[in-house]
Amino acid sequence: MKENLYNYILGIADNSLILGQRLGELTGHGPSLETDIACTNISLDLFGQVRSYFQYAGKVAGDGRSEDDIAMLRKERDYKNVLLVEQPNTDFAYTISRQFLFDAYHLAFLGELQKSTDLTLAAIANKCIKEVSYHERFSSDWVRRLGDGTEESKSKMQQAINDLWVYTDELFHQTEADKAMVTEGIGVDVTQLKNDYYKYVSEVLEEATLEVPDVKYFQKGGKQGIHTEHLGYILAELQYMQRAYPNMQW
Amino acid sequence: MKNWPLWEIFVRSKNGLEHRHFGSLHAADSDMALENARDVYTRRNEGVSIWVVESKHITASNPENNGELFEPAQDKVYRHPTFYDVPDEVKHM
Repeated sequence: MKENLYNYILGIADNSLILGQRLGELTGHGPSLETDIACTNISLDLFGQVRSYFQYAGKVAGDGRSEDDIAMLRKERDYKNVLLVEQPNTDFAYTISRQFLFDAYHLAFLGELQKSTDLTLAAIANKCIKEVSYHERFSSDWVRRLGDGTEESKSKMQQAINDLWVYTDELFHQTEADKAMVTEGIGVDVTQLKNDYYKYVSEVLEEATLEVPDVKYFQKGGKQGIHTEHLGYILAELQYMQRAYPNMQW
Repeated sequence: MKNWPLWEIFVRSKNGLEHRHFGSLHAADSDMALENARDVYTRRNEGVSIWVVESKHITASNPENNGELFEPAQDKVYRHPTFYDVPDEVKHM
């Protein structure tokens, strides 16, 4: 089995899986009917992407595991998502900030992944980028609206951006699988995306009249499977049916 | 969000067809109304174009006037083109 390729695919897919699960928690709980359905639409987009990635990962693994097995039957340490996407919804300012900080990265990442020499990954990226362009448009619009909104919305947004900022640096860390895949022309060199990311995000925050946080110490570990306390709870809910009733199907 | 105005949403489902009224939703401004309409009304591939109009800009007929507005047309069947014999060769009429 191509270990590095398998891990590389999981690294991409787990971000969408966990963020999709987080957004799915908002079903029926969004601040308004319109934003509720918008957030859960994004969740569904992300789950759709995850299916493509995991179907491919299953093929690469070649041990008979299905997309569902890969999604549902791993242990916490085997999930390779960044810490940012597992942070709780908290309130709409957090939900939007988390979304924006991830979307800006996700869009740039997929732009590069389209050029991958791995034609399956390039094709998935090509399909996903239209969805993610919309996600980024939705979340950045809301950052501007809430930041440049009322006193209260501004202070909530600033708080959320400040709290989540420490998870942004990890987006640009390379794992062993990353490095190997970059060498083979399959993977995206995320270190090259970092400057443009912070430049773009800062521009949006300035338009939103928000301060760009000045942080020296960043959190990391998700890509290595060392997660915040939140992931276990997410997985407990995500995996419940498969753990309680193994091999059950809808 | 309770203060957001109401918007009427019109969606064109295919090129060549007209925009049809799909429903209404709340949004702070026209940009948000477009995005909300995209999510609420076109998520099952229903549309290729969206118009949004703030509901207050629509002037509606008063149901109390239905008598004078619409009843006079009820007994004027000759306004329908139903008095012609359509030749069998003409299809799709």
